[in-house]
Amino acid sequence: MKLIWIIARRELAVFFDSLMAYILIILFLTVTGILTWLYGNDVFMSGQANLSVFFFWAYWTLFLFIPAITMRLIAEEKRSGTIELLLTRPVTDWQFVTGKFLSALILVSVALALTLPYYFTVWKLGPIDHGAVLTGYLGLLLMSGAYISIGIVASSLTNNQIVAFLITLFIGIFFHLLFGLLSSGFSGIMGRILNYLSMQTHYESVSRGVLDSKDILYFLSFMVTGLVISEIILTRRNIAQN
Amino acid sequence: MGYFNKDINMDIVVQKVTKRFGPQKAVDDISFTVKTGEILGFLGPNGAGKTTTMKAITGYLAPDSGDINIGDISVMKDPDAIKKYIGYLPETNPLYMDMGVIDYLRFTAEIHNIPKNRISDKILLMINTCGLEGEKHKKIGELSKGYRQRVGLAQALIHDPSVLVLDEPTSGLDPNQIAEIRDLIRRIGREKTVILSSHILAEVEATCDRILIISKGRIVANGTARDLRKQAQGREVIRVAVEGAVHDRILNALQRLDSVALVEPVTGRDELFEIQSREGMSSRRNIFSMCVANNWYLTELSPVETRLEDVFRELTMN
Repeated sequence: MKLIWIIARRELAVFFDSLMAYILIILFLTVTGILTWLYGNDVFMSGQANLSVFFFWAYWTLFLFIPAITMRLIAEEKRSGTIELLLTRPVTDWQFVTGKFLSALILVSVALALTLPYYFTVWKLGPIDHGAVLTGYLGLLLMSGAYISIGIVASSLTNNQIVAFLITLFIGIFFHLLFGLLSSGFSGIMGRILNYLSMQTHYESVSRGVLDSKDILYFLSFMVTGLVISEIILTRRNIAQN
Repeated sequence: MGYFNKDINMDIVVQKVTKRFGPQKAVDDISFTVKTGEILGFLGPNGAGKTTTMKAITGYLAPDSGDINIGDISVMKDPDAIKKYIGYLPETNPLYMDMGVIDYLRFTAEIHNIPKNRISDKILLMINTCGLEGEKHKKIGELSKGYRQRVGLAQALIHDPSVLVLDEPTSGLDPNQIAEIRDLIRRIGREKTVILSSHILAEVEATCDRILIISKGRIVANGTARDLRKQAQGREVIRVAVEGAVHDRILNALQRLDSVALVEPVTGRDELFEIQSREGMSSRRNIFSMCVANNWYLTELSPVETRLEDVFRELTMN
């Protein structure tokens, strides 16, 4: 656990030492801010004091931002060779992968924490359902965790950051949109499987305020699967050619 | 300098290790041992399998077959147990360019689970040992190649490992830096098991107790520099200078000696000859007696050693 934290902390230091973290956070706040407060179907149109507009847009913004955070995590270590030094130290592949995951999740959490003023503002405007806001944020965190795990898989597949970015988007769009769209075209078991795989199904039920263990399980198993796959990809150097 | 205990056996034992990359065998059934306190020089042309072997010793690449033991621990069965005993400097010296020197060493120390209250002392010790005093506040990316190499050594040494694996530790350094790093390795190597690879034969000869030459994934020579020369040479070759008579008379006298197989006058200098003795014989005493008997002066008598470069070329070119 301690090693995971040491790795995550180093990664966060790199995020915040370079301008990357600040640029990403400011972009995230600008985009969600404009879409939530100023543009089109914004908070004021719903006539209710809730943040569902924000949660809708954050769902999309994070989908696009997370690949930008995760793309360098492992790909850059592979390109520069630093991964070799790290993995010849008392660090297991699993700790390495999990540390990277944690650093990205913390960065996203910081970005989300900075949107709390939205919540306080709406609270001032009228009676707000605090539970729904809480589960809304929880939904965003779980969904971010799922996309970060996809990003980590993509980043461990290649040593090119752009390729990692695109692979993440490519895999992500299936869970984000396509499975949901396809599920309506199928009936029976196929439709249900696709519906279950779709991130939207689970995100919507969590952010509506329904905390179902099935949804939590979906997100958690999604993250663990992603991390295990990345670990296997890294370990593969010992089986086939590197 | 730490918790190293001389009684602990930290020999590296490589047994029948093979590693394939696709159809090609990078390392082909090699076995050797490096003893505790020994510095082994690992020589070979590019692509001979040096780096692969070293990666296998560190546990980064698992061999396809065979095993590597460090002390009592098998790298194959328990790669994670071995890692804390190894200091590794890879060929490309990969470092986090965006980190500061001290931050990076602190990160390394933490990964190695050095107690918090000792980390600062360790960092200071490494900065002194590796000569990083003037550069310690810079980012690694701002350092010259020589200083990066020192940071690479510092990270390999910070946890006081009993086994050091150094892949071309002096590549890209200037002659002064090479001499310093060489001294450092010699000093540290007394109490550790060290394996280092290099292209520079003189360096290996000066630094290492024993030399291993590998070619096309196989070991072609294993011994001290002197052993290797002898093995390649077989017959004694000496260089003598004799004065006191005309060139031809001395030449004749030399050729008549029992032990001498061949005399070759050295062009340009009249009194100099290169003499090859017969198999298993030495001509030195005979030459001396001859000079005494004729009242000549023996002004030079020195063995001609095969250069290590020649040995290397002979073993690895075919």
